Amino acid sequence: MTAGLLTFWVLAAMAVASAAGVVLKRNPIHSALFLVVHLATLAALFLKMRAEFLATVQVIVYAGAIAILFVFAIMVLIPGREETGPDPLRAQRLLAVPVAGLLLVLLAVMLRSTLFAGPEPAAPVAGGVATIGRVLFTDYLYPFEVTSVLLLVALVGVMALAKRRVA
Amino acid sequence: MVPTSYYVGVSAVLFVIGALGVLVRRNPLVIFMSIEIMLNAANLAFVAFGQRHGSIDGQALVFFVLCVAAAEVAVGLAIIVAIFRLRRRLSVDELSLMRG
Repeated sequence: MTAGLLTFWVLAAMAVASAAGVVLKRNPIHSALFLVVHLATLAALFLKMRAEFLATVQVIVYAGAIAILFVFAIMVLIPGREETGPDPLRAQRLLAVPVAGLLLVLLAVMLRSTLFAGPEPAAPVAGGVATIGRVLFTDYLYPFEVTSVLLLVALVGVMALAKRRVA
Repeated sequence: MVPTSYYVGVSAVLFVIGALGVLVRRNPLVIFMSIEIMLNAANLAFVAFGQRHGSIDGQALVFFVLCVAAAEVAVGLAIIVAIFRLRRRLSVDELSLMRG
């Protein structure tokens, strides 16, 4: 086994284990910390696929900003008391496990069919800042500008939602 | 070099874990985290398919997914905080106010 393959399997195992930790941990603050590990591992996987710009953005936006936002929300909302009482929808939750298993089987069948028939590309495309920037400001210029409007709308909407009503 | 199909396989597993989290958890915060896992699985698949086709477009799309995810998390958490102020409890099963 080559070093590249070994690092891939280690990273993949970390990503799957931390994702399982997010889902299985009862305390939401533990889930949030597992989420940080998961997002950082995905940044490493991006780096392994030569998507350098995305790996950096992943660490800054996801593992930085979004994870902090989650931790703040948990602090505001006083965790630990939820999901302790009797479960009114227990049968549905037990049913969710075979349904998820079926989804995995379907995905596996679909991915095994014809998607990877041809030969592997010789060298990966390096996604540095210059390459991504050129694509964003030529082919994807219009979506890129619309993104700024989206973020502005989200900003204003969050402030309107979070503001306390003064009677 | 690791075959791109391996990355897509990992992405499929991560997506299923995220979907399972959305289905089984009751805390809306953890459901949100599971949605983030699913979005990240899709991002991984985007980059892998982009590399497979020797194209940079997959990585450009991931950039837009990141922007939408950031906006979604901010608005979603604000809604959760607003619901918590109104109801003082946090369980998605009890939020049936809009049920027809």
